Amino acid sequence: MGVDILVESLNAWYGTTHTLQDINLRIPANHATALIGPSGCGKSTFVRCLNRMHETNPDARATGMVRMGEIDIYKDASPVEIRRRVGMVFQRPNPFPTMSIYDNVISGLKLNGFRNRRILDETVERSLKQAALWEEVKDDLKKKSGASLSGGQQQRLCIARAVAVDPEVLLMDEPASALDPVSTSKIEDLIFHLKAQYTIVIVTHNMQQAARVAENTGFFLSGKMVEFDSTHKIFTNPRDKRTEDYITGRFG
Amino acid sequence: MALRINFHQRLDDLKERLLVMAGMAEQAIQRSIEAYTTRDLSICELVFRSEPAINKLEREIDQMALDLLAMEQPMAIDLRFILSVIRINADLERVGDQAVNIAVRVREMGAFANIDLPVDIPRLASLAAAMVRKALQAFIEADAELARSVLMLDDQVDDMNNSAFYSLSSLIKERPELTPQSLNALIIARNLERVGDHATNIAEDVIFWVRGFDVRHNSRPAEAVTDSL
Repeated sequence: MGVDILVESLNAWYGTTHTLQDINLRIPANHATALIGPSGCGKSTFVRCLNRMHETNPDARATGMVRMGEIDIYKDASPVEIRRRVGMVFQRPNPFPTMSIYDNVISGLKLNGFRNRRILDETVERSLKQAALWEEVKDDLKKKSGASLSGGQQQRLCIARAVAVDPEVLLMDEPASALDPVSTSKIEDLIFHLKAQYTIVIVTHNMQQAARVAENTGFFLSGKMVEFDSTHKIFTNPRDKRTEDYITGRFG
Repeated sequence: MALRINFHQRLDDLKERLLVMAGMAEQAIQRSIEAYTTRDLSICELVFRSEPAINKLEREIDQMALDLLAMEQPMAIDLRFILSVIRINADLERVGDQAVNIAVRVREMGAFANIDLPVDIPRLASLAAAMVRKALQAFIEADAELARSVLMLDDQVDDMNNSAFYSLSSLIKERPELTPQSLNALIIARNLERVGDHATNIAEDVIFWVRGFDVRHNSRPAEAVTDSL
């Protein structure tokens, strides 16, 4: 099941650049939360702070608190442990190109030492079904490589890989921006179903997509979170003029 | 950097077309009242002739709004603006219809002697027309405060319509030979009361557009103008 994410006084830097400034918000469990804002506003940095990927850059650092359920991710757990709890899907599908579909899905489990064949088989089937890919690939699991799939299928394979380790949170950084409209619809339908089991945070430049999939939306600008509210409120009657100007295309 | 310049230009065009529609509807109602006060049937003809143009413009504005919704996926204040325009457009067309209805009654009254009836149609008309004018001014200036002042006037128009009903009903009882004129005047009062209702709808749509609050049916009128954006 998904968990609440509580963020308090989160600040992040790349070198001397203060990329996130005093972010405070609560992301509710088992909901999809969209983050919008112009390029360079800090939304991707924010997401990378939620799975401690930000600190993998040698110049980068972060302060503040991020609590997932009962765990303070910067105090109570290692980055490896956090990344097992927090799956991530990126803009460009990135399956392991030489691995079969099957091995792609279980790569995370194998890294964590799982070897039981029956559990691995079950996990592959469950994960591919969750990612709405099972019917399309079930006969080629070990015959075809991840790279042989279409872009939309590759992205769903990456989602299957992310959910295979049974995370609590799924982070998606523009997961459909490189996909055609049909594949995009499939990913959006998936988000709708997956939030029953996971807390989903999705970064998107497509505001209609945010409006379609997310219950809550946060607007970032110049490293600050200007507004966080129900998606309905943000897209029909935002409180802050800067939010309104951005979503109506009056600046960008 | 300003973006979506073409989209915002099309929103301006939509507003401009709606203002043309507003001007036509307002002129129709003023003409129908002038026809009543002067009993000049040629003015009634002008009202009848203006109706097809108003109807045509109603369809044109709806099409423009539909295109913008389909092609531009408007958000927030732009979305509220387009929804308001669609509703105001329908209300203006109905104001035009009320003008036609009044002109039809005036033409009917022409067959009878012009007698002094116990109803102040010009005053009722002036109040209803003032509501339309204020509501449209509020639309032009995006002024929710002014729009709210229109809502306050609706009760006065309703009261005048109600008192017209009682005084004309009494007249019909006392002097049945004046029934045709009284009924026509009663219907005109009712038409003007409906014009006031359309002005109220327009004012509510302006508040929705500017403030984002739905104040129809007396919900949240005070907050709608005191809350800041």
